[in-house]
Amino acid sequence: MTTNQLVLLLILFSPLIAAVLVVIIGKLGDGAAKWSALLFSLVPLALTIYLWIAYQNAPVENGGFKFVFSVPWLPQINSNFTIGVDGISLSMILLTAILTPLGIIISFRITDRLPLFMALLLGLTTGMFGVFMALDLVIFFIFWEIGLVPMYFLINQWGSANRRYASFKFFIYTMAGSIGLLLSIQFIWSALGTYSMPQIAAQWPTYTGQSVLGIPIETVKNITFWLFVIAFAIKVPVWPFHTWLPDAHTEAPTAGSMILAGVLLKLGAFGFLRLVLPFFPQQAAQFAPILAVLALAGIVFTAFAAFGQNDFKRLVAYSSVNHMGFVVMGVAVAAAAMGNPEYKQYGIIATNGAVLQMFAHGLSAAAMFALVGVVYERAHTRDLNQLGGLWKIMPVYGGILIFSAMANLGLPGLAGFPAEFQVVSGAWPVFTFITLLSMIGLLMTGAYVLKAIQKVLHGPANRELLHHAEMPDINRREIIALAPLLVLMLAIGVWPYWLMDVINKSVTKLIGG
Amino acid sequence: MNFDFRQMVLTLIFLAPTAAAVIILLTPKDKTMFVRVVAATATFISLALAIFTFLTYDRNVAGYQFQALAPWVPSLGISYHVGVDGIGLVMVLLTGIVGFMGVLISWNIKDRPREFFAFFMLLVAGVFGVFVSLDLFLLVFFYELSIFPMYILIATWGSTRKEYAAMKLTLYLLVGSIIALIGILAVYFSAQFQPGMLPEGMTRTFDLLLLQQANIPIEVQRIWFLPIFLGFGVLAGIWPFHNWSPDGHVAAPTAVSMIHAGVLMKLGAFAAIIAMRILPDAAREQMPLVILLVTVNVVYGAGIAMVQKDFKYVIGFSSVSHMGLVTMGFATMNQVGMNGAVLQMWSHGIMTACFFSVVGLIYDRAHTRQINELSGWARYLPLAAVAFIIGGLVSMGMPGFSGFVAEFQIFMGLWQGPFFGQIWYYPIIAILAIWGVILTAGYVLRIVQQVFFGEWDPHKWHDLRPSNFGDKLALITFSVLMIIIGIVPSLLMNTINLGTASLMKLLGG
Repeated sequence: MTTNQLVLLLILFSPLIAAVLVVIIGKLGDGAAKWSALLFSLVPLALTIYLWIAYQNAPVENGGFKFVFSVPWLPQINSNFTIGVDGISLSMILLTAILTPLGIIISFRITDRLPLFMALLLGLTTGMFGVFMALDLVIFFIFWEIGLVPMYFLINQWGSANRRYASFKFFIYTMAGSIGLLLSIQFIWSALGTYSMPQIAAQWPTYTGQSVLGIPIETVKNITFWLFVIAFAIKVPVWPFHTWLPDAHTEAPTAGSMILAGVLLKLGAFGFLRLVLPFFPQQAAQFAPILAVLALAGIVFTAFAAFGQNDFKRLVAYSSVNHMGFVVMGVAVAAAAMGNPEYKQYGIIATNGAVLQMFAHGLSAAAMFALVGVVYERAHTRDLNQLGGLWKIMPVYGGILIFSAMANLGLPGLAGFPAEFQVVSGAWPVFTFITLLSMIGLLMTGAYVLKAIQKVLHGPANRELLHHAEMPDINRREIIALAPLLVLMLAIGVWPYWLMDVINKSVTKLIGG
Repeated sequence: MNFDFRQMVLTLIFLAPTAAAVIILLTPKDKTMFVRVVAATATFISLALAIFTFLTYDRNVAGYQFQALAPWVPSLGISYHVGVDGIGLVMVLLTGIVGFMGVLISWNIKDRPREFFAFFMLLVAGVFGVFVSLDLFLLVFFYELSIFPMYILIATWGSTRKEYAAMKLTLYLLVGSIIALIGILAVYFSAQFQPGMLPEGMTRTFDLLLLQQANIPIEVQRIWFLPIFLGFGVLAGIWPFHNWSPDGHVAAPTAVSMIHAGVLMKLGAFAAIIAMRILPDAAREQMPLVILLVTVNVVYGAGIAMVQKDFKYVIGFSSVSHMGLVTMGFATMNQVGMNGAVLQMWSHGIMTACFFSVVGLIYDRAHTRQINELSGWARYLPLAAVAFIIGGLVSMGMPGFSGFVAEFQIFMGLWQGPFFGQIWYYPIIAILAIWGVILTAGYVLRIVQQVFFGEWDPHKWHDLRPSNFGDKLALITFSVLMIIIGIVPSLLMNTINLGTASLMKLLGG
């Protein structure tokens, strides 16, 4: 085992070990638990930064991945515990590693069973790292599913009023999606006899062997393709599979929403890039227009839906679906490029944009949810009609909110802009009309972001609310939790190259340019 | 006769609880502590021996090991023959664990503890006996031996319509086992042996290893396969013969439910696959029909569990659903599916024992099992809540826990289809049965939310007391086992694989 492989393993499992330790340390008191949780969560971050630096010069191994580590897990079914990273997954790992400590800092004020809360948050991190690293379908599925459990309990136990319904819906929705994924994984295994992702990517597209139920193999491939797509579409979420999301986001505790929007949604998009496109290039090319239309629907409808919300958090939740729509659009262009060599260059541009959008939205959505949490903690309401005039009372908060909202909206100079710009410029030559229509969504994005800013910061302050609630400005702890996000948004907006360089090589390899 | 320890160990495993039963019955009534200690010691000895056999089983040689053979009624071909292969080994280990934990959980039983523990010891002995028997007569003997104490345990120490449940259970199982016995006799009388295969002076035999090699006419196989398989399969809860099981589970006292659902139902599956061993040709023809029955188990059982109002009935019906997966795994007729089935037997055994101990803990304090009357118990019994949640994750096949590895392989087996050729409806069964998993997630989450979370009102309950050391030890053991096997399944799979490999060989695969 090389040092870098060991580092990768440590990144994956250190949060899980930390989760156990935090519960034990938690017996000493909440203070010890929260500080140790924060300290432990910095370990994977530091290791990820180390790996990021080491990544540039590391040799490419099996199937375009680096630092590949493999041990047999269950030889009876030919499944190996194989992990490794490429540029796409490494950038997602970095995002996860950044958001976890921030989520922990923002949750310092939790009083109800704090050690358990921190442990679940850390355990969730291992699940997400695992999905990004897995190179074996069984291992992928294990981590894909296991993340559900901590998230369920975070929402179910620490959420707001309607948490039971929301957590149940979240769990059953995702689980139902996974069932199709499970069956398709096993079906591929029964044809190829392997769970290794690089091997399947090499063999499955050209597989013409036995069929089931007398259905032609092409049809079977189409069905498995759609089962994969639906499983990931639920997670992204792609319209019309998004209805679990507003409930789950709205009811989750602040850190839960941050991780949910920041990382969990990216798992779905990542699934498209890691599994759907390499396994099903023909089907992807064939059905790319459908994906593009769904992306369009997501962008436009949810932008209108966000505009119609009166709950601050729900508005931000719908904006997540809206922004993930651009990721799906990028994926759709990449899918089209899979079948048409002329589209390759556009596919690369759009997919680069999509991955960057995953990163950028991870930052801005986490920041927005943290900011909603800041207001909710003080005012105990998220009703936009009850808030108002907060800029005067909380000037620093107002500045940060506007900054994050602008990044969310895609203002040039901030992270969202290079991402959406690349997606749109890649999509334009391929799906011209659809891209044109999606501009309506972009317009509405501006509208709902401004609506939120206006309702929260401007206008007359609600006297009744101020009478009941203490409204001190955003405090130092909250600023510390938000500052890295703001800095990164700016850094990516001004100089995206440091991230794009790593992403671009893997994307190029994926599209095959 | 050679008194090698390796030959004696399986005999000792079931003799320990038998001896304990005798000692307990000879003890004066008021010496409750002594009775408990004897029961705990005996089951602990069995557990230790089970662990010993598991660790020292020679995995390079495989096959049946720790064999002991002594003539019993030579003229009829009945012998005392014990031994275990990879499958039996895992089941013996499971029985050892659940038996010992069952004693710990019933430590404070108040009503006639002496008789309770005596019958409980007999039950455990009978279960061990079935798993180690290599002679069909001996097997049926132990099989009946485990049904008899069950009746008394439920009828005397049970709750909720206990007489009805005990009677129903006994009649169902008795009728099933008699039909299976008739089938075994038919096989016994029609088996033809090569000259020199049987020992001197014997013309017929009940010995499993000999019957496996015998030539049994295909007509006999066709007629008697289903009677033997389903006759024993009644105990595995195969639809439509599952009806005794939820009533029995619910009425039984906690430790008996644990043994009952945790181990006894596996005994049904274990005995049923004997039919596959001795009648392989018919098994190839008829197992694809059995799979249709158990598909109903998986989906219908989970659906019924979803609408139950009684906590314990939910677990009872969940057992019906999960045991359906076990038989389904065997009916896939390939090694991956069978590996999954055996692991599911283990995994469900631990999980359901864990479930019933949690239900028992709560029932002892709340004196009700109505789901909508209970709430917030995680506040009072946090360990029980954690154990139940882990068990729930196992039962819904959550990756990272033992149930996933088992169910995953069973579904893989369905995709792969029988080794002798595809059967068109197997993939359809995979697609249908997977809905059982979704429903399971539904009812588990429903219970977790209602019973363990929600408002906790300490004034509502008048009999609150913390769980004792034995309860905690049992719950922790179960939880740890469920997680470890989920993460490192090869601990058990390497052993199970040897057993299913020889089973596949018998079937001709």
